[in-house]
Amino acid sequence: MLHVEEATKAFGGILALNRVSFDLYQGDILGIIGPNGSGKTTLVNCITGFVTMTSGKIFFKGKDITGKPAHKIADLGVTRTFQIMRPYYSLPAYKNLVIPLFSPRAKRTGGWRGGGKLGDRNTVGIDILEEIGFERDSFVPYKMASSLPTGYLKRLELARCLALKPEIILCDEVFSGLSMSEIASMVPLIERLQMDGITLIMIEHRLRELFRVANRVMVLNFGEKLVEGTPEEVMANPKVKEAYFGSEEVEEVMTYA
Amino acid sequence: MAKADRRKERLDRGIKVRSDGIYALLSWRELAYLVLPRLVLIVGLLVLPLVMPSLYWQRVISNVCLYALLALSFDFLAHYVGLVSLGGALFIGVGAYIAALLNKYLGFSIILTIPIASIAGAAICTLLLLPCLPLRGVYFAIVSLMYPLAAMRIIEALNIFGGTDGIMGIDSFPSSWAEQYFVIVMVLLFLFGLRRLVNLDIGLVFRGVKDNDQAVRASGMSITYYKSVAVFIASIMGCLAGACLTHIYMFSGISLFALDFSILPIAATVIGGGGTLAGPVIGCFILVPISELLREFGTLRIAFYAVILMAFIVFKSEGLMVYGQRKYHQFERWVKI
Repeated sequence: MLHVEEATKAFGGILALNRVSFDLYQGDILGIIGPNGSGKTTLVNCITGFVTMTSGKIFFKGKDITGKPAHKIADLGVTRTFQIMRPYYSLPAYKNLVIPLFSPRAKRTGGWRGGGKLGDRNTVGIDILEEIGFERDSFVPYKMASSLPTGYLKRLELARCLALKPEIILCDEVFSGLSMSEIASMVPLIERLQMDGITLIMIEHRLRELFRVANRVMVLNFGEKLVEGTPEEVMANPKVKEAYFGSEEVEEVMTYA
Repeated sequence: MAKADRRKERLDRGIKVRSDGIYALLSWRELAYLVLPRLVLIVGLLVLPLVMPSLYWQRVISNVCLYALLALSFDFLAHYVGLVSLGGALFIGVGAYIAALLNKYLGFSIILTIPIASIAGAAICTLLLLPCLPLRGVYFAIVSLMYPLAAMRIIEALNIFGGTDGIMGIDSFPSSWAEQYFVIVMVLLFLFGLRRLVNLDIGLVFRGVKDNDQAVRASGMSITYYKSVAVFIASIMGCLAGACLTHIYMFSGISLFALDFSILPIAATVIGGGGTLAGPVIGCFILVPISELLREFGTLRIAFYAVILMAFIVFKSEGLMVYGQRKYHQFERWVKI
């Protein structure tokens, strides 16, 4: 579905990404892990057109999307969340969704559950919020985004993608900053998105939760692809241990796995 | 009670209409609460020309309204789209020159020149500003300030459109009543139109661009497109003001690119309260007459002006309209801590 070919990004003399290639298949949940600064977010930025690659090519459904502007790529259904949440702080939560629902893609598709027809944007927005875990009858969907806690903001990031009825969502650390119980309630949500036919790329530091949902994992280190495989294969790989050497969590996950 | 043991408590007034629903129709009191402030503004503006003592002050009213249009366009761009534009003088100049040229050389009547100058002028201004739209905040402000200065020098250097002499002998409005009521109605139209617009779905997109343009891009919308639509709307107002100005003074010249037209709307927005749209209009009704009263002081009036502005920034930085809205919607009382 998504084919990335030798993606390379240089910031000055530093290679943030060095010839990273991978494929993403329909229905996948591909986890991307790696130590800090290994180029995970840069990869997301490159795929979604927020930065232009130095070299390399990206194909979506066989079509070359290299170098297209960010809004065109989102319009094709390749959406992303931001690691640092970017809601519209001055608007209530449900009005946050009116904006993506105004986009050409949402008009064509009708939003997440919409069958090609878009109803009133406020109601569609509240429907999406409800499905993603905002209690409809509470005041939460009507609260200002600036007063929402992190857990809801992360969901709001996902909701913004869902408003476009996406084919791929690139999740940049949706679990980070959440409490254990919040993550526990996020995991079924991710699984539901997968059942809905949405393909996901998940960048995570929370390996245990990631390995529960991901069917494939790719490890980046210093901008290079280290290994790729099922979570078990990746964990067994000595190179990964080396890259994460000393990281307690890996040890923990390894004993857990 | 010493100041330290008490604090001011603010309570929303117990009026249901603030939740903007159908409750407004429940009682006369609620209805009046909603309608009165708007009515006062509308009727007040419409009565104004009738109560002005002299022709001179009637002319001042027209001036105020033209500045109010500019201030509206500044407030809309700055507080709803996130583009701080110092290009007010560009809008005025372009609108004025188009109206003047159409009237003088093509013989178009005033009924045609004003709408054509507004629309065509706005299109030209938008095209000119298009390359700067990726810029944000103060960078956009600097570049947009450059345009009127450049336009002035280009007309001077190339000696086009009458060069430094300008274009004279342009038709005036049929009567001073027509002139004043036209500009007043335009101000009201754009004021209430814009207030409606910013709460529509497309208005939310504009506000989204201001709040967080990356998220708008991630939602599959081109921010440059929405910024240019917003600039078009704002420059319609500016060019309309310019076209009216040229017909009021029956003259169009490089003085119309003067920085007054860029700066005064900002001052009015500061005084009136940014982001309220009505505030900048009120700000103009304070600043422009003051400026007329200070005319005798010559260039010293700029100094007075600066003092007034500074006083506002220091003592009432939120602006009159924000202050007024708060007083209108909330009780205040001192409570013991």
